[in-house]
Amino acid sequence: MHSTPTRGRRLLASTAVGVAGVLALAACGGSGFDDSGDEETASGGGGPLSILIGSSGDAETDAVKAAVADWSEQSGVEATVQVASDLTQELSQGFASGDPADVFYVSADQFRTYAANGSLYPYGDQLDNADDFYPSLVDQFSTDGQLVCAPKDFSTLALIINTAAWEAAGLTDDDVPTTWDELTDVAGRLTTGDQVGLGFSGEYARVGAFLAQAGGTMTNADGTEATVDSSENLEGLTYVQQLLASGSAAYAADLGTGWGGEAFGTGAAAMTIEGNWITGAMTNDYPDVDYRVVELPAGPAGQGTLQFTNCWGVAADSDNQSDAVDLVQHLTSTDQQLAFSEAFGVMPSVQSAADGWKELYPEMTAFIDSADFAQNVVNAQGAADVITDFNAQLESLKTGDPAAILASVQTNLQAVLDENAS
Amino acid sequence: MSAAVTSPASAPVRRRRRPHGPGSARGRAAASGWLFLAPMLVILGLFLVVPVLMALWVSMSDWTGRGSPLSSDVSFVGVENYRSLLLGGGLATQDFGTAMRNNAYYVLLVVPLQTALALFLATMVNRRALRGRGFFRTAFYFPSVTSSVAITVLWLFLFSASGTINAILARLSISGPNWFNDPRGVLHLLLGAAGLDTAPESLAQHGFLGIPLWEWLAGPSVAMSALILLAIFTTSGTFMLLFLAALQAISSEVEEAAVMDGATAWQRFRRVTLPMLRPTVFTVVTLGLIGTWQVFDQIYTGTQGGPAKTTITPAYLSYSAAFQNNQWGRGAAIAFVLFAIIVLLTVLQRLVLRERDTVPRRKRFYRTPAAPPAALAGTAGTAPAAGAPGTGTASPTEGDHR
Repeated sequence: MHSTPTRGRRLLASTAVGVAGVLALAACGGSGFDDSGDEETASGGGGPLSILIGSSGDAETDAVKAAVADWSEQSGVEATVQVASDLTQELSQGFASGDPADVFYVSADQFRTYAANGSLYPYGDQLDNADDFYPSLVDQFSTDGQLVCAPKDFSTLALIINTAAWEAAGLTDDDVPTTWDELTDVAGRLTTGDQVGLGFSGEYARVGAFLAQAGGTMTNADGTEATVDSSENLEGLTYVQQLLASGSAAYAADLGTGWGGEAFGTGAAAMTIEGNWITGAMTNDYPDVDYRVVELPAGPAGQGTLQFTNCWGVAADSDNQSDAVDLVQHLTSTDQQLAFSEAFGVMPSVQSAADGWKELYPEMTAFIDSADFAQNVVNAQGAADVITDFNAQLESLKTGDPAAILASVQTNLQAVLDENAS
Repeated sequence: MSAAVTSPASAPVRRRRRPHGPGSARGRAAASGWLFLAPMLVILGLFLVVPVLMALWVSMSDWTGRGSPLSSDVSFVGVENYRSLLLGGGLATQDFGTAMRNNAYYVLLVVPLQTALALFLATMVNRRALRGRGFFRTAFYFPSVTSSVAITVLWLFLFSASGTINAILARLSISGPNWFNDPRGVLHLLLGAAGLDTAPESLAQHGFLGIPLWEWLAGPSVAMSALILLAIFTTSGTFMLLFLAALQAISSEVEEAAVMDGATAWQRFRRVTLPMLRPTVFTVVTLGLIGTWQVFDQIYTGTQGGPAKTTITPAYLSYSAAFQNNQWGRGAAIAFVLFAIIVLLTVLQRLVLRERDTVPRRKRFYRTPAAPPAALAGTAGTAPAAGAPGTGTASPTEGDHR
């Protein structure tokens, strides 16, 4: 018992350290929230514009800031760019508080939700270049035939090939796969002891390209009926299952990597299916890996890929809507979009900039050429849950039952579409 | 006291009125008491009670996330959000059922294991003979003071497919699983090893909360098991501290008495120390139950619910429903169902662990300071409890025992 006072003191000391640590952590968290709140309040009250973006990195942030600063100088309206750490959450908080940022990125899968609850100001008819956007992108961001927010840029999926592995396997330009059979063959020949031929993320946003190549869709043209449970989709999914089962293809997660780009960059996969954002990752993280980009092979129904896009949302609660639309007009102009492309590689959403982009990135033309046969991803309100569930089921596709997976997604997606229609 | 003297009323009434008399010293004390409490009450009301009530309203409204939930264009939908969540049978119900299953296994494994480990660590570092106790106490407590985000990231590294854990397992010629990407349930894996890898008809047909009973029996997935280890690792240090404080409050005479009674070390722990720790066990289990049902940050920073939804929990589901899918009513409803579950389980656990005033006749003894050793003697079979009424045996007195 004689040692009790010392023991007590030590205990007290360690407890004090613990409490101090907890308080410090709490303080950090708290101040973070306060910051964003204050800034939003300060800029929402009229006058200066606030712009909230979800950035892929410094290159994108700097490019957007420079473009906005340009516009500020021309128009004389002050504008500040904020980078969100979690765009979806911060947008939701902004809309709920009635004081959102004036201009912001909206992803295609959030678009319907925000449009449905009236958070977005539909300004499409005020844009001079509305006819210049790719029609499929306009389609993605329209409700009732009216363009609500301007497509910012877009990406498609293509086949990325490691040139060193390609040559090591004795393959030439003539072997670039243009059909599923050729893809199976090439993937098999590229598979070695510690490298699979084809590695990609096990999710709808990649696997869906095969469904498109088989002629399948997720919904009918006007988005009222789910068409997941079709023979075309079954054919596509069965093909992916065969690829996985053959051992010459694998999901990135099963290779111990986070996404297709990592599997490709680390050499765990000789080919991958990714969008043009992979070029940034390759430059930054795997500068020594040489690669080439080709269009995805055609399935039984011809070529098919998926496209992903964002748009420039303007808040319905913004006090500066005319300035905001003017800013968007500036940001989506042909020259400005090409400047963005040069800075961080995105593909312009206007057709007039396509040739300029091909000149900038001659080795990447497969991405922009794929726009001709690209399918939009499902973006019905509430469909995000269905897609999450689809992704969860795709993870076990290798041993799963493709028909059962499609049937359950069909049921869930139809329920969501019915709910939206009612 | 002056109020008592001047009051003409009869004694019982006077006693009742005294604290409330406005001019009395007690009354003034009460007023200043409320005055001192006021700032805290205002803060609690503003930042706890009002938000909770608003969330309750949201859970019963069709608020879409734009503008104030109290504005006139938001309407009351009653229990619709709860109904579609619990009985709808659609994807929302399935997701909630999956989240409940995941979290139930998490609670079932984390709470007993962390309590046992904390108690074990506390008894170890409480031993006077142990050299460097201070070091061990700090070492065991350290995970608790580190940010859960940092530890989760560390865990992702340790348990990655080519991480340290698998490297160690490989040394032992075991091919480790792809921890955070393996959606298979460990119970299913065990059943599969025993040759049962498809669901029996009855388990596949019937279900609860939208998922079949066979899926309820999946057990925690491999990924969830890694998170379970993480939770035990980080929280047992905190609870060790609680146990340590309680252990040090036990007077050494009690143990000496047990030693004199000839109790072995295990008997002393089981029959003397553990009963005296009962209030602490109650605290630790209660805190554990609440904490494990609310698990969120490891999921948010670590797995985001994957692989194949085997790590979604109700708390994470509530967040993603509200903030990511803009289904605020559903998100709030999940939060309140979770709240109800936690309250229910805490009450249940209180009933199980409560101090029983009536002791079975066989073990009856008087509650005196010497009671625990006496009870020990009685139950250990060496002699009936000293002084137990009505046992009628010719037991020797306590003095004789010693």
